[in-house]
Amino acid sequence: MIKSIKTWILVGFASLLLVACGQGGGGAGSKKSKTLENTKKAGFVKCGVSQGLPGFSNADASGNWSGIDVDVCRAVAAAVLGDADKVKYTPLSAKERFTALTSGEIDVLARNTTWTLSRDADIGLTFVGVNFYDGQGFMVRKNSGINSVNDFKNGISACTNTGTTTELNMRDFFNSKNISYEPIAFEKADEVVQAYDAGRCDTYTTDKSGLAAQRTKMSNPDEHKVLPETISKEPLGPVVRQGDAVWEDIVRWSLNTMIEAEEYGVNSSNASSLKDSENPAIKRLVGAEGELGAAFGLDNDWSLRIIEQVGNYGESYKKHIADTGILPNRGPNQLWTKGGILYVPPAR
Amino acid sequence: MIFKKFNIENKKARDLIPQAITVLALLSVIIYFATNAQINMGNRGISFGFGFLNQEASFDITFSMIEYDGSHSYGRAFLVGLLNTILVSAIGIFFATITGVVVGISRLSDNYLIAKVAEWYVEIFRNIPLILQIFFWYFAALRALPLPENGISFYDISFLTIKGWYVPKFIWTNFNIFLLSVIAAFILIYFINSYATKQREQFGKQIPTTIISLTTLILIPFITFLFLGVSLTFEYPVLKQLSPTVFTYAGGVSIIPELIALALALSMYTATFIAENVRAGILGVGKGQKEAAASIGLNKNQILKLVVMPQALRIIIPPTTNQYLNLTKNSSLAAAIAYPDIVLVFAGTALMQTGRAIEIISITMLTYLTLSISISIFMNWYNKKMAIKEK
Repeated sequence: MIKSIKTWILVGFASLLLVACGQGGGGAGSKKSKTLENTKKAGFVKCGVSQGLPGFSNADASGNWSGIDVDVCRAVAAAVLGDADKVKYTPLSAKERFTALTSGEIDVLARNTTWTLSRDADIGLTFVGVNFYDGQGFMVRKNSGINSVNDFKNGISACTNTGTTTELNMRDFFNSKNISYEPIAFEKADEVVQAYDAGRCDTYTTDKSGLAAQRTKMSNPDEHKVLPETISKEPLGPVVRQGDAVWEDIVRWSLNTMIEAEEYGVNSSNASSLKDSENPAIKRLVGAEGELGAAFGLDNDWSLRIIEQVGNYGESYKKHIADTGILPNRGPNQLWTKGGILYVPPAR
Repeated sequence: MIFKKFNIENKKARDLIPQAITVLALLSVIIYFATNAQINMGNRGISFGFGFLNQEASFDITFSMIEYDGSHSYGRAFLVGLLNTILVSAIGIFFATITGVVVGISRLSDNYLIAKVAEWYVEIFRNIPLILQIFFWYFAALRALPLPENGISFYDISFLTIKGWYVPKFIWTNFNIFLLSVIAAFILIYFINSYATKQREQFGKQIPTTIISLTTLILIPFITFLFLGVSLTFEYPVLKQLSPTVFTYAGGVSIIPELIALALALSMYTATFIAENVRAGILGVGKGQKEAAASIGLNKNQILKLVVMPQALRIIIPPTTNQYLNLTKNSSLAAAIAYPDIVLVFAGTALMQTGRAIEIISITMLTYLTLSISISIFMNWYNKKMAIKEK
């Protein structure tokens, strides 16, 4: 008996050593996260995007990503690394996206993600701004005779994506109208489109920009229409991990620079020639005045590179959203000076 | 000190050390991962806890066997998902077993056509990945179904449409009495059968237990309808117009196409493996057994029931248990076609809304583990019951 107890003590000691080693390894993560340094060391920005949403983040046949969400990552790469193409894209489902960010697999999440209180405060994320003001809408068949959400009746079936705010808004909406409905939630957008197209559901609900983009994938896009009502606020924007204030600022001001550049009429073709502009705000934007980059540990041309390599917000919107026919009208995504709600703090 | 008294020649100690080291090493690995996760979560400002299970879920679920809407808690949503997983697994196991047995026996048929059809069925369905079969049944086969206004009608009481299979709803009065009578019937049947077995073993008397059992099962519940106030009415589904071209059915019960497609795919796929098990089991019974049974005057049915099957089952049950476990775990592919199982509802939507990845994934893994172990325990019990009892 004594012998066996001693054996246990011996083995216990050995395993304690193992555990101690384990904690040492775990302790490595307890240092302050230095996303910027790691990005410079790796030579690329780790960016999480969607699995394919035209206009926002979509890969072409040769694997080149484009869209207004992609442009946020490109802007960060231009600012930090000097080359907008130095981005590694990770396509993520709605379900995976936050875990990928909090676990460090990606450093910027630019995936048409709605900014909500619980996401911002609860799960280790920080939203840095809004790059697209969206709202949830409904798509129906044109011949259905449904012309407004007020035409919905008890028993209607609605297809949507799981793991999004859409599912919650849908419930709030139908409850407020006192309509009983059948919610059918798929994991991937492609399956939602297929099921709705086949007639499994009477309406398809998601963000209006998404509806416009997905309509192009229907077997006959002209048979479908988006109802005029918007049932929710969906401010979509890039997200970073909580706890690295410098990185958060870099991403926020990369986006703000694009919007501010449009406001002052600075674009990819005229940016470098505006170095000797009369307007100090423009001079700051193109790095000819002030030491703004130093605040993030960047050089003074960081914003000029963003504008030259990626373009201003208006150029990005036109190229990816308007010219592709998704949403030609900028609606709320117009500058505040032109009747929209795009308004960013001044870069000074 | 320790080393001095430690005696390597003590066999007990020698056996114990490697086992103890293994257990402790395993424990340390688990502790390492847990600590690591805790530190990293702490660094990123993520809290850990199960309090969210009591929060309002605020999302709806298409199909639920218990009362549920978005005002219920995440815990309740978990239960809905779990029950849906159990439902589709149970339906899948039921049909996979029946199909598997029929196909397995058919493969041994003397009839060339039957044997070949069974063989082709097995070869085709077991060689196509399950996820493709699920998509096939959901998007290809069910897509061919008509819209509600042209639904395939069964005597105007049941309708098959692309939105689901609408069947009459049973409305019971005094359902409890009916349920008790069914249980009573089964208990009675159990006693009749054990009496019959005794009679057969002691006196060689044959009692037609199948007919007696069936009669009992029908007669006893029937009495409750006549004398004990049990009644059953039906609520039939009725076509309802929602807009000029949008229709649905109101009333009755809707069996959603997602459930139909998933159950079909799971049972068709798993049945092929069970069929092979059945074939192996029957072929595994020696020819001499059948000849001996025939020589003492048993007829064909008796040979199958009393001699071949009891021996074949011993070969069939263990690998079939594996198939039942596979089917249950494969049901997690449900998320692809929006069947609200535990993965879609809990490890999907609930995970997204709460962001509690570690908690939710752990719960989901534990749930599947519990489900699988329960099936294993039951099948092992059944296997033991069927094993050779040496007398």
